[in-house]
Amino acid sequence: MTGGLGVPSRRNALAGTGALALVLLVVAPLMLSDFRLALLGKFICFAIVAVGIGIAWGRGGMLTLGQGVFFGIGGYAMAMHLKLADAELNGGSGVPDFMLLYGDGTVPGWWEPFRSPLFTLLAVVALPALLATALGLAIFKRRIKGAYFAILSQAMVAAFVVLLVGQQQTTGGTNGLNGFRSFFGYSLSDPANRLTLYYLAAGILVAAVALSAALQRSRFGELLVATRDAEERVRFLGYDPALVKTVAFALAAALAGVAGALFVPIVGIISPADIGVVPSIVFIVGVAVGGRAGLFGPVLGAIGVAWAETSLSEAFPSFWSYFQGALLIAVIALLPGGAASLVDRLRERATSPRRGASSPPAAGAAGTPAPAAAASTPADRPAEEVHP
Amino acid sequence: MDVIGSQLVAGVSIGSVLLLVAIGLSLTFGQMGVINMAHGEFIMAGAYTAYVVQQILGDAGLSLLVALPVAFAVGGALGALLEQLLVRHMYHRPLDTLLATFGVSLVLQQLARDIFGAPAVDVRTPSWLQGNVEVLGTVVPWTRLFILGVVVVAVGGLALLLTTTALGRRIRAVVLNRQLAETSGISTRATDRLTFVIGSGLAGVAGVVLTLVGSTGPTLGTGYIVDAFLVVVAGGIGQIRGAVLAAFGLGLLQAFVELSTTASIAKFLILVIVVAFLQVRPQGLFTVRTRSLA
Amino acid sequence: MSPQTVDVLGAPQDVATGLAAPVSLVVSGLRVQFGGFVAVSDASFDAHPGEVRFLIGPNGAGKTTCIDAITGLVRGTGSAKLGDDELLGRPVHRTARLGVGRTFQTASVFEEMSVLQNLDIAAGMNRRSAALLRPRRTVEPRIEAAAEQIGLAGSLEQRAGTLSHGQKQWLEIGMLLVQDARVLLLDEPVAGMSHDERTATGTLLQRIAEHRAVVVVEHDMDFMRRFATRVTVLHQGSVISEGSVAHVQADPRVQEVYLGSAATHGADPAEHEGATS
Repeated sequence: MTGGLGVPSRRNALAGTGALALVLLVVAPLMLSDFRLALLGKFICFAIVAVGIGIAWGRGGMLTLGQGVFFGIGGYAMAMHLKLADAELNGGSGVPDFMLLYGDGTVPGWWEPFRSPLFTLLAVVALPALLATALGLAIFKRRIKGAYFAILSQAMVAAFVVLLVGQQQTTGGTNGLNGFRSFFGYSLSDPANRLTLYYLAAGILVAAVALSAALQRSRFGELLVATRDAEERVRFLGYDPALVKTVAFALAAALAGVAGALFVPIVGIISPADIGVVPSIVFIVGVAVGGRAGLFGPVLGAIGVAWAETSLSEAFPSFWSYFQGALLIAVIALLPGGAASLVDRLRERATSPRRGASSPPAAGAAGTPAPAAAASTPADRPAEEVHP
Repeated sequence: MDVIGSQLVAGVSIGSVLLLVAIGLSLTFGQMGVINMAHGEFIMAGAYTAYVVQQILGDAGLSLLVALPVAFAVGGALGALLEQLLVRHMYHRPLDTLLATFGVSLVLQQLARDIFGAPAVDVRTPSWLQGNVEVLGTVVPWTRLFILGVVVVAVGGLALLLTTTALGRRIRAVVLNRQLAETSGISTRATDRLTFVIGSGLAGVAGVVLTLVGSTGPTLGTGYIVDAFLVVVAGGIGQIRGAVLAAFGLGLLQAFVELSTTASIAKFLILVIVVAFLQVRPQGLFTVRTRSLA
Repeated sequence: MSPQTVDVLGAPQDVATGLAAPVSLVVSGLRVQFGGFVAVSDASFDAHPGEVRFLIGPNGAGKTTCIDAITGLVRGTGSAKLGDDELLGRPVHRTARLGVGRTFQTASVFEEMSVLQNLDIAAGMNRRSAALLRPRRTVEPRIEAAAEQIGLAGSLEQRAGTLSHGQKQWLEIGMLLVQDARVLLLDEPVAGMSHDERTATGTLLQRIAEHRAVVVVEHDMDFMRRFATRVTVLHQGSVISEGSVAHVQADPRVQEVYLGSAATHGADPAEHEGATS
């Protein structure tokens, strides 16, 4: 009933989330082979990142080109735990294999906490959120925004990757971390466990969409959009826009962290190549194509683009790069609202075919005269209409 | 003393490369506010221009000198094309320009891969640039000094252009107050296009020079673009001198931080320092003073 | 300012609901400098509940800059007190929290949002974080009352961007009402309005001024004459005259200032008096 802002009604949001759950949790496992389902699981991880980007960028106007950092923190946290747990299997030394290979055979101190499953799960959510909060406060409090924010977030991911690559002995360098055998005690080679993992990822995606829907409909959601559209005005209404934006940014970071943690057991590897400058922008591509500001646009866009990439680049590897580039250019230049806006436009045309032609309703307030000339007159106006 | 001398030289050397890749951006992003993610690919195009010219002419020395103006033309032409087809339609949507030009950079990279192959190509260094020279007690390759020289010429030329020519005056007028410039009879369209062409041309020049110090591959540009943007952000909008100071400042910073730690941690620390610096001066080192309210 | 607990979004939590006690705005020795340019050199004026205070002066006199400084948008030195609270030196949103509301020369409402959403956001600075995380279920009585007062009660669901120019200005004033602003600083509230809209706006301002201090920056001399309780005249950054409408119009310095710039501005109270009498 609120209307406007592209927020679907409560009923539509519920129906859409339900349909998404139905497709991902029931239809897909029935229809797809194990291989395809695992692929879909990977795309679902990207879609969880996309939900966060939809909140930060679509609703909050913060173009974050650094989601790879948060995805990476979640991923590496999980990967470290899995490596440590694997090393302890069957009375092992407790030292991950690659450390024996490249390092001095001892586990660095900052790895140790990740032996704890609980600490790892907490870290997956909390570390990205905390980093984003610290960064958000530092940046937004000083009213650094727009392109500056985008560039700083991109520099952050570049620096993060450099850091990872440089620490071969403790992070696996360019190889990253891989070769996981178990996930919290369950063997990763057992298809049944892999199916459970898929369900876990799909369930988290559905929950993330539900969270995003609740956020959009909340007063905070409205405030976030208001901050996006007129930050100064929000400030004069007594809010601190920096805090509003930081909350949204931290939420997006936490979602990316969770996605990274799921990505690790599903795909079996996390490396700088998965989280660098380019993958971080590619996260954005799906969101842009699907529709940045909508509820389902980011999810469907992320899954759709990833799916297209996999199927197209198998057949024509070089064609995909052209296609991806052209798609991004075309969508951003010609259809900034993404596919979602196309759907909206079609629906509008279908429901009210002549609406576009009619003028907006006349001013509603009683006793209101016809609207004045739209052009304001900043200069002093001669008071010629005064004469009694 | 030896250590300080060698880090000083290393810092200036890093700074000159930073400035070289950032100077074009300082025009297009700094002055026009257009975030051109394909700037890195214009640099890459300049590097391949050097390669092609060398394939044609053979002599490494002659081809380097010929490649510099040719690469400026190649970069400028790419810039003109991009401005005409894409950027000019999106001047009021800077963030969207960033994404659309990233799409362009994907296409250009793949184009380079299809034309020249994915592995890096070999661009020979002219004989008169081989070898080293001693500066401040430090052995410095001639190539590094050559880069510094090119940077000085490029930046000096740009500064002269901006301060002494009619075109420069038009560019600065548009930067300061677009509407007023327009009502004063300046064609902002033509000024925008020319500014973009010059900035992109400088990217091409940077590409030629970078073949002397690194490998020439399709992803050459992506390696530099992030640093280049940081330089412009730290330097401040619309300020050539800001970019100069920021480039050498960051270069020296990196050289000295590397002393006590590894290169990768140094890079990370640099980012932290830039963010901390923006806390103090959110607009960068220098800002154009305008009375813009609300 | 009494110590307040601040929640996640920075909203003070112990603010009583309903209208705060009326207080006066007292500006003294205000000075604003941009680099080497002194926009306001020494401005002193006050505004009390129960009166509509007009701030007039030729272009460049520093009227808007005064408002900018009081609201924290630009840095000013001197003093601007609302009741016992010093306003200068605070961030914009903290100043707003103390009960300072302002409008802009060009109406700035959230165009994509409905009238109700606009008012609801304006009413929200004292909401707890938990309340922010829930959707809005009912229309709060104070929002309804404000919508009634600004003549938009029937258009709550209308998108603000489709409102007429005048209605947008009113919506902005309505936002200040639900914000519980104790002083309203209005920058050219009737610019671009028709004569009837001006009258309606003036009446609205007089009604609002019963409980709040109202400062109006305006170029429209006729509007000033009809609705000002007291007037402060600024020229080149300092106050040259102050008092009732009749008093400032009779002030030779005011006449000189306006005559001096009459050729370019055409809003000369003295000349106008001559024309109508």
